[in-house]
Amino acid sequence: MRAPESKCTVERGGFFQAVGKAIYWALQLRGPHGLLSCLSLRPERTRRRITDRPRSWAQEKAADVENVPPVISTPHHYLISIYRDKLFFVSVIQTEVPPLFVIEFLHRVADTFQDYFGECSEAAIKDNVVIVYELLEEMLDNGFPLATESNILKELIKPPTILRSVVNSITGSSNVGDTLPTGQLSNIPWRRAGVKYTNNEAYFDVVEEIDAIIDKSGSTVFAEIQGVIDACIKLSGMPDLSLSFMNPRLLDDVSFHPCIRFKRWESERVLSFIPPDGNFRLISYRVSSQNLVAIPVYVKHSISFKENSSCGRFDVTIGPKQNMGKTIEGVTVTVHMPKVVLNMNLTPTQGSYTFDPVTKVLTWDVGKITPQKLPSLKGLVNLQSGAPKPEENPSLNIQFKIQQLAISGLKVNRLDMYGEKYKPFKGVKYVTKAGKFQVRT
Amino acid sequence: MSSNSFAYNEQSGGGEATELGQEATSTISPSGAFGLFSSDLKKNEDLKQMLESNKDSAKLDAMKRIVGMIAKGKNASELFPAVVKNVASKNIEIKKLVYVYLVRYAEEQQDLALLSISTFQRALKDPNQLIRASALRVLSSIRVPIIVPIMMLAIKEAAADLSPYVRKNAAHAIQKLYSLDPEQKEMLIEVIEKLLKDKSILVAGSVVMAFEEVCPDRIDLIHKNYRKLCNLLVDVEEWGQVVIIHMLTRYARTQFVSPWREDDGLEDNEKSFYDSDDEQKEKTDKRKKPYTMDPDHRLLIRNTKPLLQSRNAAVVMAVAQLYWHISPKSEAGIISKSLVRLLRSNREVQYIVLQNIATMSIQRKGMFEPYLKSFYVRSTDPTMIKTLKLEILTNLANEANISTLLREFQTYVKSQDKQFAAATIQTIGRCATNISEVTDTCLSGLVCLLSNRDEIVVAESVVVIKKLLQMQPAQHGEIIKHMAKLLDSITVPVARASILWLIGENCERVPKIAPDVLRKMAKSFTSEDDLVKLQILNLGAKLYLTNSKQTKLLTQYILNLGKYDQNYDIRDRTRFIRQLIVPNEKSGALSKYAKKIFLAQKPAPLLESPFKDRDHFQLGTLSHTLNAKAAGYLELSNWPEVAPDPSVRNVEVIDLAKEWTPAGKAKNENPTKKFYSESEEEEDSSDSSSDSGSESGSESGEEDEEGDSSEDSSEDSSSEPESESGHQSDTENRRAAKRNSKTKGKGDSKDGKKENEKSKTSDSSNAESSSVEESSSDSESESESESESESRKVTKEKEKKAKQDRNRLATDASLLDLDDFNPVSTPVALPTPALSPSLIADLEGLNLSTSSSVISVWIPSADLRATHQATLQQHPHVK
Repeated sequence: MRAPESKCTVERGGFFQAVGKAIYWALQLRGPHGLLSCLSLRPERTRRRITDRPRSWAQEKAADVENVPPVISTPHHYLISIYRDKLFFVSVIQTEVPPLFVIEFLHRVADTFQDYFGECSEAAIKDNVVIVYELLEEMLDNGFPLATESNILKELIKPPTILRSVVNSITGSSNVGDTLPTGQLSNIPWRRAGVKYTNNEAYFDVVEEIDAIIDKSGSTVFAEIQGVIDACIKLSGMPDLSLSFMNPRLLDDVSFHPCIRFKRWESERVLSFIPPDGNFRLISYRVSSQNLVAIPVYVKHSISFKENSSCGRFDVTIGPKQNMGKTIEGVTVTVHMPKVVLNMNLTPTQGSYTFDPVTKVLTWDVGKITPQKLPSLKGLVNLQSGAPKPEENPSLNIQFKIQQLAISGLKVNRLDMYGEKYKPFKGVKYVTKAGKFQVRT
Repeated sequence: MSSNSFAYNEQSGGGEATELGQEATSTISPSGAFGLFSSDLKKNEDLKQMLESNKDSAKLDAMKRIVGMIAKGKNASELFPAVVKNVASKNIEIKKLVYVYLVRYAEEQQDLALLSISTFQRALKDPNQLIRASALRVLSSIRVPIIVPIMMLAIKEAAADLSPYVRKNAAHAIQKLYSLDPEQKEMLIEVIEKLLKDKSILVAGSVVMAFEEVCPDRIDLIHKNYRKLCNLLVDVEEWGQVVIIHMLTRYARTQFVSPWREDDGLEDNEKSFYDSDDEQKEKTDKRKKPYTMDPDHRLLIRNTKPLLQSRNAAVVMAVAQLYWHISPKSEAGIISKSLVRLLRSNREVQYIVLQNIATMSIQRKGMFEPYLKSFYVRSTDPTMIKTLKLEILTNLANEANISTLLREFQTYVKSQDKQFAAATIQTIGRCATNISEVTDTCLSGLVCLLSNRDEIVVAESVVVIKKLLQMQPAQHGEIIKHMAKLLDSITVPVARASILWLIGENCERVPKIAPDVLRKMAKSFTSEDDLVKLQILNLGAKLYLTNSKQTKLLTQYILNLGKYDQNYDIRDRTRFIRQLIVPNEKSGALSKYAKKIFLAQKPAPLLESPFKDRDHFQLGTLSHTLNAKAAGYLELSNWPEVAPDPSVRNVEVIDLAKEWTPAGKAKNENPTKKFYSESEEEEDSSDSSSDSGSESGSESGEEDEEGDSSEDSSEDSSSEPESESGHQSDTENRRAAKRNSKTKGKGDSKDGKKENEKSKTSDSSNAESSSVEESSSDSESESESESESESRKVTKEKEKKAKQDRNRLATDASLLDLDDFNPVSTPVALPTPALSPSLIADLEGLNLSTSSSVISVWIPSADLRATHQATLQQHPHVK
């Protein structure tokens, strides 16, 4: 189970070349047997090189980066890849393995890079090649994941900071820890030992996203609420927390961070856990589908293309609906216009819009919605002359944010801490966002 | 092609020349190749100097640059001797980077690599478990066949190490050694067997991985560990969980009888399992018939359920496939919710999960029906996700939801993504055939699409309509006429061919149009696609047979054209048709039946899901995703007719002790035990707070698990004879006791039933209580100062355990694993006697060991250089 990495920047059009080069870059990163040597990824298995298949694969499927299948079979290998932040992370496999195992691991690798370097970009990886090697060395042994918890990794290899690199260059001390992180041996491998803070704080963000498909007439085809609770815990020692909800029954399907005691949840519907240090995702959940989802915005739209004419009309108005006294902010409307659209000439009553004539993406940054004056975007669409008018109107993707509100009505009841003497500062924040929110027109 | 072979050389690291060439080419671009090339050499020179320097910072800098070179694909192999010297560096970062370098180049420079071996051997005895583990990792990653015996020895030692972390690495090393030298298999299996008995959650995943890799067919090794693995599963790290679950799925399919038997009576069976009182009579009546699930089977299903809540998609998928393959069908429903949850994840996870759902939804529609809307397509989904969702929607379509679905499909047909629109049309066709109520609606909808502007949509509609009409030989003259008109405008070959075929097949229904179509086609014959040409020939033949008056000449004209066509298929077909339909003296009996042959009733095509035949692959596997057997795919066997003896999973205490003692004895001879305990102490003092904390936490956790009040008696009785190693096998005792009661129960089935129930409930309550107590044990661990006294308190309460606990405290080891505290199995550095004679010979051949055959562990570092020289002399060609 074997997951090395290759990477590339991808732009439309430049894709073949980019992939060709990128795979090469990756090949160069690989060890004598065709893989990143520091990954020790079953080197013997990949002795025969991956051939030039990756490139042809990329060429075949290059039409759309998004459509490169995650699992590709080549004569001697299987390539499992993920695409993130304009990079492909490719793992070369020779034998049967659950594909999700590899995919999940590659995402962890990308997460770790993100965590360490602040961004997961080609430049960041190239700049930190040594740390990348050291990290992968710890994360993987002979293709089997070793340490993937960021708390443990950070004890083993300290993330690069300017200060530390200066200090290290003077004192000659290293970024690499020389003892086994204690977490790795305990049954709470996610928490590092000896955590000390002067201000002990625990913050929870309840973030809910509304996934919805609204049809032409404005009725809801499909809507559901997905939520996560992200935590930022800065508590000394070994705190044992339990978080309870006013209305836990709302949560229909939940997935947990490994720190959560499942049995406690089953019996009492209480989240009881010893938290990792720092930021992590505590749970993600889905609100049971019986509850009707209150859609906080409505959209009035009329988009039409005239037959045998090189223009069309575009008129979109967006307004609040059942906003529960909160303002809807951060509203953005994104539209993938049909290919025949050449340009758009619009006037917004609020915010600003951009239209990219290459990707045909219209983005309207609305901002806050005030019910007194509904924002709208009107104007003309220039079409390629002679081309048949588009069959279908494009659908609108809408983003918004409502602070201080969990749309499902989920409420945290209390947070208790056991095992430590001090009094932590506790905070809960609620946000509702649009997830995959699509309006068909 | 040329670039390919070029890169191959680069990869295999074979040709020095190509390497150099590569260097040169890579440096050409900035300025003159020659100058830079030489400066490159110089650079290596200064790297060498830096590596020789006394300052760690300079060495570190050099190593970082070398790793950078490796990353860029430059050849850094000439630095090998300089780098290898630093393998003994005290600085851990330098050491690690040297390891990186070694793993990369050792196989190329085998002789030089040997220089580092002694350092690793010393590191294998290092008091720091991290260093021991990483030394083992690198040692086993150096693919130099000559050190196989050393690796074997190191693995054996590490497998008995005190630190579970080192043992985990030993499990990983097993696979590496196996791939280097498969002949070691037998010995490695022994190690695997031993490590499988390990109770540490750290080791479990890795050793099962090694098992799957080395000896997946030795299912017998699992028996005794089956229950332990099931119980540990929740606590194992997530990657291990995936591997274990997959292995246990296979295991369950060989060891238990199918829970799917008599699907109709399934509910009854389930009931009988739960409320025994009512069903008892029934059970005695038909003793053999009703199915009762083996408690071990139940254990697995029950213990994996919480993992559906994992944040790791791979774990969720693994549990889902376990439920799919081994749980009773009525229980598999719970996985759908979790799988649907995964659809919120990134596109790669979606892709795999949707594929698996597609396979599942063919066989058991009901499972995913409630989530129908979760599979609705968004215009922003990538095409591959869209088509998979469409596939699932089709599988889920039934009379009740088809109207909603068709409305949804209408939106899809208009999609800008034409590939997806075409797939939607196919889907509509499939729905139309599967659900007879909507066939006409679908057909008229598809006919409307014929006037669509987009050619791909029209073409796809034609193809689908053709299939539909074929299935329904009713009167559809109008549609055919409409399609005949399309021939003038449509250019997609498949669509044209379909129309022609359709007209030919129904030529008697459209007697006026058909000949005219043939006329038009005869005109354009030469410019048509091969596919269309074949259909023109067919059409001609059919018309010739039904309406020879009007079309005789036309057909002959077409046949003449076909005779000289470039494509041999078409020439062949022409010849065949001519012989068959045109009567001449040579034509035999067949031509009499020509009409019957050409216008025979053709079976309608079946519109089937492309996922139909994927179900023979285990879900969640690579093979399933590819729909082809991947190398190393392990077949999921069919349920056995009769369950193999379930008692093999009983863990008998005495047996266990016997198995353990010989190994222990061999090692007990060794006096270096002190060495280890010292080391552990040292470590403890360095970070004692955390260690003791975690220790007490984990231990008390395990005690909770074992301290099952309801079965204390059995535990006591069985642990008495085994005061030493009793502790480790407490859990086994408990289970053995349970099993005893069960087997007793089997004798008289009435009681046996009850017993089963009891043990089940007690078991679950046990698990429950342990989890509740877990929190308390955790809180214990927080206050370090209290922890020891705390755990002592516990031990006082449990007299039987007190001895061992004190024992444990005395050794003061900071480990999870109970085995470690068992003196019998205390591993110690292996001295001379443990070496096999052949190995000694090998080592002497290597000239690595100086005086003793303890593999040069004790060479003082000053001697290192001397040894190097010795080795170099041994292999003069290295110079």
